[in-house]
Amino acid sequence: MSQNEGQQHPLGVYIKVWVLLFVLSALSYMVDYLNFQGYLRWTLILIFMMLKAGYIVAVFMHIKWERWALSFAILGPPTVLLVFVAIMVIESDYTYLTRNLFFGTGS
Amino acid sequence: MARQNSSTAAAQPIDLKPGLAGLTEDWASDQRTFKKVPWGKAMMWIFLLSDTFIFTCFLISYMTTRMSTAVDWPPVSEIFALSLGGEPIPLILIAIMTFILITSSGTMVLAVNFGYRKDKKNTVLFLIITAIFGASFVGMQAFEWTKLIMDGVRPWANPFGASQFGSAFFMITGFHGFHVSCGVLFLFIIARKVWRGDYDNEKKGFFTSRKGSYEEVETMGLYWHFVDLVWVFIFAFFYLW
Repeated sequence: MSQNEGQQHPLGVYIKVWVLLFVLSALSYMVDYLNFQGYLRWTLILIFMMLKAGYIVAVFMHIKWERWALSFAILGPPTVLLVFVAIMVIESDYTYLTRNLFFGTGS
Repeated sequence: MARQNSSTAAAQPIDLKPGLAGLTEDWASDQRTFKKVPWGKAMMWIFLLSDTFIFTCFLISYMTTRMSTAVDWPPVSEIFALSLGGEPIPLILIAIMTFILITSSGTMVLAVNFGYRKDKKNTVLFLIITAIFGASFVGMQAFEWTKLIMDGVRPWANPFGASQFGSAFFMITGFHGFHVSCGVLFLFIIARKVWRGDYDNEKKGFFTSRKGSYEEVETMGLYWHFVDLVWVFIFAFFYLW
């Protein structure tokens, strides 16, 4: 049982991803350091974040090599969180609006 | 059907299909679903899934408070700036913490790899290196907390802007720091077990009574990478926003 269940892979893959993670972290830090603003900032932050998260989950946590039964069970449920995020964005916009309307400064 | 032995994991069909066909067959097999996965690892994944939901709830509540305050959010980049001899560099400590955590993830991967090669000495060495990196991360976080508390940041108020900043900061980084601290503790425990030869001799765990095996190092690794993973999101949403 224990002989063939482990995840054994050549070290090269790990080292490459490791270096890549360093580069991506440096890049996302540069976004702040170079003071990018607006949509450019958000696009870059989200791209670097998703790439980093993706590489960690896929390679370091071996999801890439797992059977789909496990991968789907792990990666499927968090997608509903996006719906939660969307709901709360709408909700907080509404709260912001009412706060400005009733406690707004100057009027 | 008579030949099917449902009692142990040994009763696996010989031809496990890959991809989508495998997905449906595994879930419909009337046996254990996660084939070729030791149960400890499957349980760790399910724990991490639940933890994902907890951290996402924190981050979502942070997003909601930040988007809904009429008061300006504190300038995060300036608050976390640190002057290293003269000019203050924005977010520098946070960047260093990020690099430390990524480095520790890399050493953890090496520990897992050496574990499967039954290289006891190197496994212990890299587990301990990982734990030291983790401990230094927690140390820097303690420094960061001290600095912010000195500056007058409290969970209910702060001198820089929206008062929700403090509660979000202490809650999210505190919970993450707690995860790292637990991870460091468990890294030392696993390192001790490897050193003692528990996984070579298949010594039974005192709590689970399961035979010890180097798979436990991988399970430990999953937890550690998850802590790194959460930091990726905290770094992006809390510090870079």
